[in-house]
Amino acid sequence: MNAPLRRVGVVVMVLFGLLFANLNWIQAYKADEYRTSDYNGRVQVAEYDHKRGNIEAGGTALATSKATNGTLKFLRTYPGGAKYAHVLGYKPVNLADQGIERVENDFLAGTSDTLIGDRLKDMFTGDDTGGGNVLLTLSKRAQDVAYDQLRNNQVGAKRGAAIAIDPSTGAVQALVSMPSFDPSPLASHNGNEAAAAFNKLEQDPDGPLKNRALSETLPPGSTFKIVVAAAALENGIGKTTQIPAGPSWTPPTSGSPIRNADPSICPNPQVSLLDAVTYSCNTGFAQLGVQLGADTLKEKARQFGFEQDDLTVGQLGEDGLPTAASRTGDMQNPDGSTDPAALAQSSIGQNNVRMTPLQGALIAAAVANDGKQQRPYLVRQLLAPDRTTSYYTAKSRELRQPVSPQVAADLREMMVGVVQKGTGRKAAISGYTVGGKTGTAQSAPDRPDHGWFVGFALDKNGKPVSAVCVMLEQAGSGGSAEAARIGGQIMRAAIADPGGR
Amino acid sequence: MTVAATPAPSPAIAGEQSGVRLARSRRNAELSLLLLAMVLVAAYGATVEANLLDTVTPDFWMPAAALGAVFLGLHLVIRFLAPFADPALLPAVALLNGLGVGFLRRFDLGEAPVDDRESLAIFAGVGGRQLAWTLGAVILAAALLAIMRDHRSVSRYAYTLGLGGIVLVMLPAVLPASISERNGAKLWIQVGSISIQPGEFAKLALLVFFAYYLVRKREVLSLASRRFLGVDFPRGRDLGPVVVVWLISLLVLVFEKDLGTSLLYFGMFVVTLYIATERVSWLLIGLVLFFGGAYLAYFLGSTIGGPFANFYVRAEIWLDPFADPTDKGYQLVQGLLALGTGGLFGAGPGGGQPEILPEVENDFIFAGIGEEIGLFGLSALLVVYLLIVERGLRAALAVRDSFGKLLAGGLAFTLGLQVFVIVGGISGLIPLTGQTTPFLSAGGSSLMANWLLIAVLLRVSDGARRPVTGSGGKAARPSGGPPEQLHGAPTEVIKP
Repeated sequence: MNAPLRRVGVVVMVLFGLLFANLNWIQAYKADEYRTSDYNGRVQVAEYDHKRGNIEAGGTALATSKATNGTLKFLRTYPGGAKYAHVLGYKPVNLADQGIERVENDFLAGTSDTLIGDRLKDMFTGDDTGGGNVLLTLSKRAQDVAYDQLRNNQVGAKRGAAIAIDPSTGAVQALVSMPSFDPSPLASHNGNEAAAAFNKLEQDPDGPLKNRALSETLPPGSTFKIVVAAAALENGIGKTTQIPAGPSWTPPTSGSPIRNADPSICPNPQVSLLDAVTYSCNTGFAQLGVQLGADTLKEKARQFGFEQDDLTVGQLGEDGLPTAASRTGDMQNPDGSTDPAALAQSSIGQNNVRMTPLQGALIAAAVANDGKQQRPYLVRQLLAPDRTTSYYTAKSRELRQPVSPQVAADLREMMVGVVQKGTGRKAAISGYTVGGKTGTAQSAPDRPDHGWFVGFALDKNGKPVSAVCVMLEQAGSGGSAEAARIGGQIMRAAIADPGGR
Repeated sequence: MTVAATPAPSPAIAGEQSGVRLARSRRNAELSLLLLAMVLVAAYGATVEANLLDTVTPDFWMPAAALGAVFLGLHLVIRFLAPFADPALLPAVALLNGLGVGFLRRFDLGEAPVDDRESLAIFAGVGGRQLAWTLGAVILAAALLAIMRDHRSVSRYAYTLGLGGIVLVMLPAVLPASISERNGAKLWIQVGSISIQPGEFAKLALLVFFAYYLVRKREVLSLASRRFLGVDFPRGRDLGPVVVVWLISLLVLVFEKDLGTSLLYFGMFVVTLYIATERVSWLLIGLVLFFGGAYLAYFLGSTIGGPFANFYVRAEIWLDPFADPTDKGYQLVQGLLALGTGGLFGAGPGGGQPEILPEVENDFIFAGIGEEIGLFGLSALLVVYLLIVERGLRAALAVRDSFGKLLAGGLAFTLGLQVFVIVGGISGLIPLTGQTTPFLSAGGSSLMANWLLIAVLLRVSDGARRPVTGSGGKAARPSGGPPEQLHGAPTEVIKP
């Protein structure tokens, strides 16, 4: 019986050889694939094994990690709640992360290459200092005001957005999208809870997950007249030049007349450019646009930042929150020639013109800042895990110069007129020079109009301190005046508490 | 554990080759290897604590010491009651068992709230229970060594054991599901908090019966056969028990929803039959029956479902575990991910995350350990298993009576097959079937049954290596003398 026993021994060796070969296949050849598999919970556990850094604004932690006893050692919480949701985003366990949490993920998690020194130090000291801290430019006070005022707006708008920028640097002072959401439940370690919270938000018809300030576009209405006015000033028309106006004007080839918001606005056949802006004269700007031509208008809008679809708001020169491109849209007939009717409508911010609130604020900021547009940014500083070293400090950068200082000064004067005696009076701040432009945009024939306000504030030395854009979706009558009021409040708060500056 | 083979060529083996058997017990080698194994187990425990607690508690050595004490007791029993037993078996098994306890304790530490970890008592949790079971199982093995002074004596109870084995196998199948079913497999008898898996013991009892029956029927089975299609088929009446056991395996599959056990029994029977008859045809018949049966079960599972549905699902998971990675394929996928994450070197003891592996304390313990010790560590573990199996086969080769050969050979092969079935299952080599990993998995029945198996192997190896003492009482005499007779069995026939 020894021969079969020996063969059985060989068989066992072959069986174990198969096991060994198969383990090689799994643990050596396929190891990387398995290690990084989406189904591998270890990736996640490792991510939650160290304390993630804070996201802070004005010295307050808005996103922070708390130690827990669970499998995932740190729970991400958002003490700022819904107020900062669209800036911070959220870091969910099973879904995709968003906002600054996503943009600065490597630094917050401590895996960024810039933090290699801290990781090495941890290795020697045995400490676990966790990830780095991200300091935002947001002014706590401006953000508070923007959030509260938007939520409690006096026209009952349910959706809207507001953004405030420091015109001289591009630092974002406030950024709110309404409605908002509480990010904490999304970061729950209980996957079902988090998924339920996410699904509820995603199915909400008001779209709370959308960042309306940066990535949603709407017809800008009369706020677009600043762009048209800038084009006019550069094409031989002065602020006092009389331009054709009147109570009603029908563009050639089109039967539908353009009227003013109120019969009291520029009823005379001619009006100065300054007054056309101050009182938001539709007939004047429609004719002005047709006179300038579609190409001039589109080019001016492009110089202000329209059509740019790769702008991000985060660190300067690096990734950030994505923004949507604002568009002047189509103004052509099917045969390629310019359609005067479409051009006329576009000149007053209707037709196919679409703008983000960010773009509105950038226009106002350029006007306030002598024609120079600074690149907007949200990240002021990156601090080491132990807060001793700063790895990055924002140094403001010029994005572009849409208009000359002279044209900017003329535009400024017109916009100041709007706030002093025109449609934007509610934005006024005592002790500061405030300029702006309201806008009322038709969305659809059977829906209430959107209310817009873009504006800026200059201190007594004429230095720009804040530029703002407020948008109230389907706010209806009085929407733009309410937007102006909110815009003024936000700028006043931003001036009082400069935040990251 | 290759260390076990490093002592200079055994004089016993050398003696065998030269036709002269020298008596060397090598008990001291066993003792030093055992101490080495316990040092490894203690080091494993210390590494776990360093990784999980960031410190090594002053009590880290206690589980290793408790195990060491009881293994030392078994060593002493062997020293006096089986002085010529194979010296590598006990240390190799002790190492596996110690690492199993260590890993289960590591699992408890990982599950415990961070603040309570340092104060985890050595008998707490799954690891503590496993430690207690080990102490009991080793005492049981020592008792068996003490009672069974000669392995041939068990052949007296062969029929009783055979009947008992069948009863044990069938018991959970006929018991109500509430006390016998767990995770879809009817394998348990659960009374209160104690649950045992009778099949684990049935394995041993049935093998004794097989060995005894086959030794008695050897000649008839190997000689009185008809040649058909170039294969020797035995007569129908000799084939009876084969068919009976094949049916039992099938019944186990059908009623207890467990392919692993039926595969194990069937493989065990076919191999002992092959060893007994020395006919390759038995292996062929066995393989045809097995693959035919497996294919039939797969086919029936896909068409009529019913009792075969479980097997069909498992086969489908095996063919593509990532087809349903969050539900049906979850266990296997998680096992593969754990092994893959471990890579070549592993995350280090205590550095992995076995908590997220389902069934990590039972079926998937090899994957849980593999995440932490990597390919190199697992290869070493496989070598230790291989060493135990080959040492068992070596005892079978050297022992002089047919019953002992069949018993030791069958037991050693069964142990190896069980390792192959479970490790192959969790690593996706073969369809996954629920089996314990011998000496590693949590569970008293499995530990006790496997320690009894080791006790039998120790006893047989003692018989194999013991110097032959004839009526003259000479210490050493040329081998090849008349084989000692098995109780009631005819003398071994030497074929021309």
